[in-house]
Amino acid sequence: MNALAHDGLKVELGRRYHFAAAHRLHSARLSEAENSRLYGKCNNPHGHGHNYVLEVSLSGDIDPATGMIANLADLDGFVQREVLEAFDHRSLNDEVPEFREQVPTTENLCIEIYRRLRAFPNAKLERVRVQETNNNSFEYAGEREIEAPINAPQEIGAR
Amino acid sequence: MVLLTRKIEFSASHRYDNPALSAEENRRVFGKCNNPHGHGHNYTLEVTVAGEPDPVTGMVVDLSELKKLLEREVMQRMDHRHLNEEVPELAGQIPTCENVARVIWKLLDPKITQGKLHRVRLYESPDLFADCCRNGAA
Repeated sequence: MNALAHDGLKVELGRRYHFAAAHRLHSARLSEAENSRLYGKCNNPHGHGHNYVLEVSLSGDIDPATGMIANLADLDGFVQREVLEAFDHRSLNDEVPEFREQVPTTENLCIEIYRRLRAFPNAKLERVRVQETNNNSFEYAGEREIEAPINAPQEIGAR
Repeated sequence: MVLLTRKIEFSASHRYDNPALSAEENRRVFGKCNNPHGHGHNYTLEVTVAGEPDPVTGMVVDLSELKKLLEREVMQRMDHRHLNEEVPELAGQIPTCENVARVIWKLLDPKITQGKLHRVRLYESPDLFADCCRNGAA
């Protein structure tokens, strides 16, 4: 097998997983009326559910012996154990300890999934993206600076 | 900077097998991707080019030129082909999504003269894909 030299390129592996879960958006720090106003029907008392799509992105060197950044069977097993078994066909509020206190918005879900997956031993976790519906998705890449669009401030100032 | 993405689809077969490993090791590492006669996928390729819109044409890149380039470099080379047997650029490499994405980047990057190649995303299935970009330009 050819050794793959460092060629200035970065390759990421993206893998999608699917799980279905129930949640209810309700903050113990807000009154009933405030919860209802803020969360609307997401605050309905018995919860509701979504078909979530989880997208996991990993980076690392491509192993010349396997052509892979990470063995898919290893990644699938890790995500299954750390996330899917805990979340799939569960109530996030009632069955995931981290969401007893925290509101299980998809923002918080992203952060929790990132926290659970960043220990994956065979590659670097770049980001997780969670799609709650076809129209809503959220991404978390750990705490880092978000790059400003190139030249944007200068262009605005020049006009 | 504006990003423009063009999508194409091609179908190809491949097999994962490293001749340096024993048959048992190949089977263990690659699973059913090591089945002796190979298998295939419908690949989806998204090619993203970055640039400023030309003041005269309003385009980052002439799409018909990009289409022709993708036809020449990717479709003719890979569509309805066996990636292990028929694509010399992949010789000596396991034709994983990661390696194929990187090969496509290297084929396209020197030939894109309007704008700059920003990202190559190759889907092997809706649930598995690889991205290739310049290091530091993610």
